[in-house]
Amino acid sequence: MFDPSFLFGQFVSGLSTAMFLFLIASGLSLIFGVLRVLNFAHGSFYMLGAYLAWQLVQWLGPRTESFWLAVLGAALIVAALGAVIERALLRHLYGREELYQLLFTYAVVLVLADVARYTWGTQQLTVPRPPSLDGAVNVLGATVPLYTLFIMALGPLIAVGFWLLLERTGIGRTIRAAALDREMLSALGVNTSWLYTGMFALGSFFAGLGGALVTPVRSLVPGMDVEIIVEAFIVVVIGGLGSFWGTFLGALIFGQVLAFGIVLFPRFSVFAAFVLMAAVLIVRPWGLLGRPLDR
Amino acid sequence: MKPLPLVLWAAGLAALAAVPWLGSRFYTFIATDIVILALFATSLNLLLGYTGLVSFGHAAYFGIGAYTCAILMKTHGVPFPLALAAAPLLAGAAAAVFGFFCVRLTRIYFAMLTLAFAQIVWGICFKWNAVTGGEQGISGVPYPDLGWMSALPLVGSLRVGEQYYLVVLVVVAACLAVLKVIVDSPFGRMLTVIRENAERAEFVGIDVRRYELAAFVIAGAFAGVAGALFAIFNRGVFPDFAYWSKSAEVLIMTILGGMGQFWGPAVGAAALVLLNQQITAYTQYWPFVLGVILIVLLFAFPGGIVGTLVAAGRRLKGASRA
Repeated sequence: MFDPSFLFGQFVSGLSTAMFLFLIASGLSLIFGVLRVLNFAHGSFYMLGAYLAWQLVQWLGPRTESFWLAVLGAALIVAALGAVIERALLRHLYGREELYQLLFTYAVVLVLADVARYTWGTQQLTVPRPPSLDGAVNVLGATVPLYTLFIMALGPLIAVGFWLLLERTGIGRTIRAAALDREMLSALGVNTSWLYTGMFALGSFFAGLGGALVTPVRSLVPGMDVEIIVEAFIVVVIGGLGSFWGTFLGALIFGQVLAFGIVLFPRFSVFAAFVLMAAVLIVRPWGLLGRPLDR
Repeated sequence: MKPLPLVLWAAGLAALAAVPWLGSRFYTFIATDIVILALFATSLNLLLGYTGLVSFGHAAYFGIGAYTCAILMKTHGVPFPLALAAAPLLAGAAAAVFGFFCVRLTRIYFAMLTLAFAQIVWGICFKWNAVTGGEQGISGVPYPDLGWMSALPLVGSLRVGEQYYLVVLVVVAACLAVLKVIVDSPFGRMLTVIRENAERAEFVGIDVRRYELAAFVIAGAFAGVAGALFAIFNRGVFPDFAYWSKSAEVLIMTILGGMGQFWGPAVGAAALVLLNQQITAYTQYWPFVLGVILIVLLFAFPGGIVGTLVAAGRRLKGASRA
């Protein structure tokens, strides 16, 4: 059971889980870092991205390279929806206690879950892999689908892209300034209102992208929104809220705990993730790479 | 705000106690549900509204109370008063252990750690087949022995479910009275000080963590009482009692009713149960309707139902004086 190729297979599966989670959690972390809003609806955007990708694939023709168009289209629609929600509603709650913002995003979860249930029903939906990534390769005795390799490459690519955006561009500097002191930034003449809308849309884009990309790997079911938001929360909390590399680290750890937790403690894999989160928070009250929040 | 005069307490209690005679069996059922959840939500508000601690895992203590009562009464045949007393003890003890770690964290991290502990409790309920019945839970929890009630006039002719409702009402009223005394005591004031400015509270020599832990334990214990009452009312306990969605539900009740007011959570519990019951009769899309209600409420009633009513009442008073 514990031969090296099996262990390597688990490791790879943990890594691909981690990259998916990173994709989604990075959007969550970005929104929290800049807007100081913990967005429960992030998982709903992920779910919507998945269902929209399925719908677009149906229209554009399954088993063709139009899969990529569907993925991009789904992510863009979700980003637009995020922008509308922020602009029309969430924006008006910034002055209120953060609990009300939480409640608002939770209300969005409830609404979107039922919208998806009404539109796409409750049966499991699946999307085939695009033909270009349909094969598998043998790595160290374990069979790894090409699509998994693609996801594992995409994760770090997006991480580096994000980092370059934040650290090396003018927009990135503005975003970091907004995370530190939004009033000061708006006093300096930056239009923070639209910056927030843009950040919320960008974060939502990553949720939608993650959802769309996950469709060839996992089937679409109601409840996938809540499942992923809980996992993404654990990832950002372990890593430290608002810390970019913390999210990456959190996703890596979480993926491995999930992959090996099932092997080592099959009976207790349900709450291995929560034990992990509790353990990290007890030792590091602000996550692994996070900074203390003011009260 | 002036404390609600004793007369109003008594009148409200009497009105609720009259439900089994005035309404149908169904109304008694709904009223039992509301009264128990009112206690659950009010216990959460000690943390949320009075101390300013957002717990995402309050269902853990509700669940522990429920399982304690169910296991003692069903598996071990312990009489109801003892089981009811054991529930808050165990729930409070769990809250003391978990709270010890939680109060060292702030804001969202505090919330996430309470959630993690609650999910661990849920996982234990879900997997510990020998004691908790695992996924199936424990069904067939017996009603307490209410034979002594049959000898009483009026009450004697009621069905056992209705008699149990009266027991619930008395227990919850007593718990709410104790909670009211707690929040109005110097200890309660101290919690409010911590909510308003924890840093300053620390400067003037208040051991903030100790007060927060005390509030956490008290809230957990009363949630345990609510859970025990609910276990019997529901005639069974299930892992869902400790699941995060239960914690979300009680949070919504508390905010819906108004966390700035003592009676807010109770009103929120009543509103949510009644709305749910009305709307699920018409559509299966209750979450959608609830979501829309919450959004409207957030914008139209910023202080929750009771908070908005109190503010409106003040404005009216001000206008009539002018």
